[in-house]
Amino acid sequence: MTATDLGLPRLGGLDLVPATDEPQKAKDYKSDQEVRWCPGCGDYVVLNTIQSFLPTLGLKRENIVFVSGIGCSSRFPYYMNTYGMHSIHGRAPAIATGLATTRPDLSVWVVTGDGDALSIGGNHLVHTLRRNVNLKILLFNNRIYGLTKGQYSPTSDQGTVTKSTPMGSLDTPFNPVSLALGAEASFVGRALDSDKKGLTEVLTAAAQHRGSAFVEIYQNCPIFNDGAFDVLKDKDEAAQRIIPLRAGEPIRFGPEGEYGVTRSGWGGLEVGKVADIGEDDLVVHDPTIQDTSYAFALSRIGDQHLNHTPTGIFRQVERPTYDDQARAQVEQAAQAKAPNLQALLTGKDTWTVA
Amino acid sequence: MSTSANGSGTGALSATRPTEVSQLDRVVIRFAGDSGDGMQLTGDRFTSEAAAFGNDLATLPNFPAEIRAPQGTIPGVSSFQVHFADYDILTPGDRPDVLVAMNPAALKANLGDVPHGGTVIVNTDEFSKRNLTKVGYDADPLGDDSLSAYEVHRVAMSTLTQGALADTGLGKKDAERCKNMFALGLLSWMYHRPTEGTERFLREKFAKKPDIAEANILAFRAGWNYGETTESFATTFEVAPAKLEQGTYRQITGNTALAYGIVAAGQLAKLPILLGTYPITPASDILHELSKHKNFGVTTFQAEDEIAGIGAALGAAYGGALGVTSTSGPGIALKSETIGLGVMTELPLIVIDVQRGGPSTGLPTKTEQADLLQAMFGRNSESPVPIIAPCSPADCFDAALEATRIALTYRTPVLLLSDGAIANGSEPWLIPDVGTLPDLSVVFATEPNAPDGSGEHWPYVRDPETLAREWAVPGTPGLQHRIGGLEKADGKGNISYDPDNHDKMVRLRQAKIDGIDVPDLTVDDPSGGEARVLALGWGSSYGPIGAAARRVRKKGLPIAQAHLRHLNPFPANLGEVLSRYDTVVVPEMNLGQLAMLLRAKYLVDINSYTKIAGLPFKAEELEGVFTDIITSTKEVAR
Ligand SMILES: Cc1ncc(C[n+]2csc(CCOP(=O)(O)OP(=O)(O)O)c2C)c(N)n1
Ligand code: SF4
Ligand SMILES: [Mg+2]
Repeated sequence: MTATDLGLPRLGGLDLVPATDEPQKAKDYKSDQEVRWCPGCGDYVVLNTIQSFLPTLGLKRENIVFVSGIGCSSRFPYYMNTYGMHSIHGRAPAIATGLATTRPDLSVWVVTGDGDALSIGGNHLVHTLRRNVNLKILLFNNRIYGLTKGQYSPTSDQGTVTKSTPMGSLDTPFNPVSLALGAEASFVGRALDSDKKGLTEVLTAAAQHRGSAFVEIYQNCPIFNDGAFDVLKDKDEAAQRIIPLRAGEPIRFGPEGEYGVTRSGWGGLEVGKVADIGEDDLVVHDPTIQDTSYAFALSRIGDQHLNHTPTGIFRQVERPTYDDQARAQVEQAAQAKAPNLQALLTGKDTWTVA
Repeated sequence: MSTSANGSGTGALSATRPTEVSQLDRVVIRFAGDSGDGMQLTGDRFTSEAAAFGNDLATLPNFPAEIRAPQGTIPGVSSFQVHFADYDILTPGDRPDVLVAMNPAALKANLGDVPHGGTVIVNTDEFSKRNLTKVGYDADPLGDDSLSAYEVHRVAMSTLTQGALADTGLGKKDAERCKNMFALGLLSWMYHRPTEGTERFLREKFAKKPDIAEANILAFRAGWNYGETTESFATTFEVAPAKLEQGTYRQITGNTALAYGIVAAGQLAKLPILLGTYPITPASDILHELSKHKNFGVTTFQAEDEIAGIGAALGAAYGGALGVTSTSGPGIALKSETIGLGVMTELPLIVIDVQRGGPSTGLPTKTEQADLLQAMFGRNSESPVPIIAPCSPADCFDAALEATRIALTYRTPVLLLSDGAIANGSEPWLIPDVGTLPDLSVVFATEPNAPDGSGEHWPYVRDPETLAREWAVPGTPGLQHRIGGLEKADGKGNISYDPDNHDKMVRLRQAKIDGIDVPDLTVDDPSGGEARVLALGWGSSYGPIGAAARRVRKKGLPIAQAHLRHLNPFPANLGEVLSRYDTVVVPEMNLGQLAMLLRAKYLVDINSYTKIAGLPFKAEELEGVFTDIITSTKEVAR
């Protein structure tokens, strides 16, 4: 049975979370803990962006929870003056699922790394996305294992030389956005740690989304994988490579907007010169298309080498959430049959010894 | 004393042929057939009839791990043993007085357990040449004198069933499938069992297929009438109702009792429940049962694996729900890291392990109690958790309440160790009056608690009595705090790598568990202190140990019996109890795990008796063990 069958009203991601009129500032979200990432770590800017974006949601601070796994990025909850749990490696989505399912009044955020989410926690990630539990998953992708001092990760380039792969890594990396889409994620976005505006936009939409929202954040690890995303941070290079996704607008980029995205054979998408494609044949971005193949094709335009990198919201569709439906079943059951413990224990077949 | 069965009445079937009626105090019947023959259902129904009649009873299902093992083979044999009596019994019985064998494989696999002089009822239709060779019978055991030591009844159950259903329009194959109800009908006649319950049950079970329901009832009646009319059975038997404690009873399996205990715990604690779990034999029925009771605020989450199951339960506990996870040994192995997180974050959590044969996948449908040390120590570092073990199917209800009490009072994961025998076995349960159940309600933190008056909330401030920290759930204003797997500073709860703090926290966590208030161990010794030998057990061996103790006492040998429900911490008086006896014998279905713990903690010698056969101990076997020990202890004392 779906939420529609159950006659549930369409809800936004935060509709059941208590709001406050009290003005909030970024500093209200800073905990008293000293932040202990390495100097220059991309995690700092992401933390700052999130601390300045959260006040715009106007939620009661005590109704926000950050749950993380293990890794440098997973230290995140300690620095937030909200509720938080720094859990175990890879399992944050599972823990957050239990919390979100029993507590619709909370805005639940998962902070995870590329190793945490895609290696040890890969199973939980895909199943959480498939279920569409109402929680927001922020994957800090630095393409390396930071906390354990620099082994390659499931998003590292093939051939990456690390302490554990002195002759170069052998495995093909994941494209986290493609993976999330393959797992039926109802919301998928991508942003760059240093792009405060872009990240804020994606996070705001993610927060409002009812269901699992998956956001890949490219994050620089200056210690073990420095400059992994530099080509996206250099102004001229970025203009050639970043493909900003804006709903309702033709997808085009380049310093003069001279490149664009058009349909290719096999139902895919490809990049070309607008002059060759023709304005009319540019794809107009629509993240609400139900069929995942569109967003998936978009994700495939992006490549490991960042030659083309779509950023923004790939997919944003409405789909019943696991937790709303689970709660609806509990309510429905209680309405159909008032709980009577004595009757349950007694059952139907009894006998009496006098 | 008198008993009355619910919905009792004369019913459609009643005995008219004068047979000799023999009064028995107890009977053990084993129904055995192919896994496809419906033996579990047959046994279950017979059990319900015995329960409705007011007998005390205990059951032992035994079935293959394969859903449909090759037909007619020994590995494919499924059986159900029921022991019913006119007094309180403790076990499903060692040996069947009556074996119902639906095919040669069932006969071959079970005959060895039937004592000489026992009754064997066989379905002759299945004794074809082909079926006999399949299980290695060179000659038909029904055709020679190999069964001469038994009272054998040859009944062509398949043919008779098909004959009875000839007019129903049911295909031959479908008709033949009702032969288990024929067997049930015959046995019901033999033992004067009430039959309305079974007919009602069949009508309900096949409500959507009334023709199948009627066919089964016809077969059931045909079996009854066969006994009534054929004169091949000269005697019928009566087992009078048992003189049990006054009250209203029902029959219950361990897994159902455990699920009810969890539902009740949620109600008594006034908390919603989240069960996070992954299917595994023999624990799945707890999930199945709980998923039927959503109206009690129970959410059941079938996760992608055991790790996610316990993760969700812990997440729910963090949010103020009663978090529960259920599994068997292999699942505990997967959950151990999260149990450790529960130990570190000091959150309440119920972890149910329905033990089965191991190691690895082991014997999924057989029983064992070999996860004790895993429960005790199966995590990295010093990570103590309380352990509770029910001693019988019905006791699972109380064990669930006790596990919840400890988890909520002390904010800790609690391991509840059931096992396959308890989980699937059943017995009468004196239905508790809900009004008499303990209050398990909890208090959530609402105010900042920093002892320095700073108005902050310190998550690791402890209750001086229980050493439990406060349960401050998200959504509570002003109490925002962070917890996690990293070591926490005592009190304040911030990350701390301080050596002294770690030493202190390790000891505090241990002291919290050691200090759990656990009832004293009671010893049963009808000899009034004469016994020099103590039989000490835990978990499902309660029945056989108790039954064996009764037997040796009947022989005039004194023995004391005690049974541990709390395995961590042990009852405070355990050391003193152990010191009172010359010999302490500990029977376990493992290689001596409790014995190891007792030796380590109390420096006492333990006489460890172990058996790991996938089946419960037999009372007869323990009777021998106890007798030998008592006799040799006497000699030593002399
Ligand atoms: C069960 C378990 N296995 C291994 C580790 C060691 N470990 C901690 S973090 C980590 C990898 C983290 O990488 P990532 O998720 O990319 O996070 P980052 O540090 O890069 O932010 C590993 C292997 C652990 N803590 N727990
Ligand atoms: S190791 Fe890398 S990811 Fe970790 S804190 Fe240092 S810079 Fe950041
Ligand atoms: Mg990483």
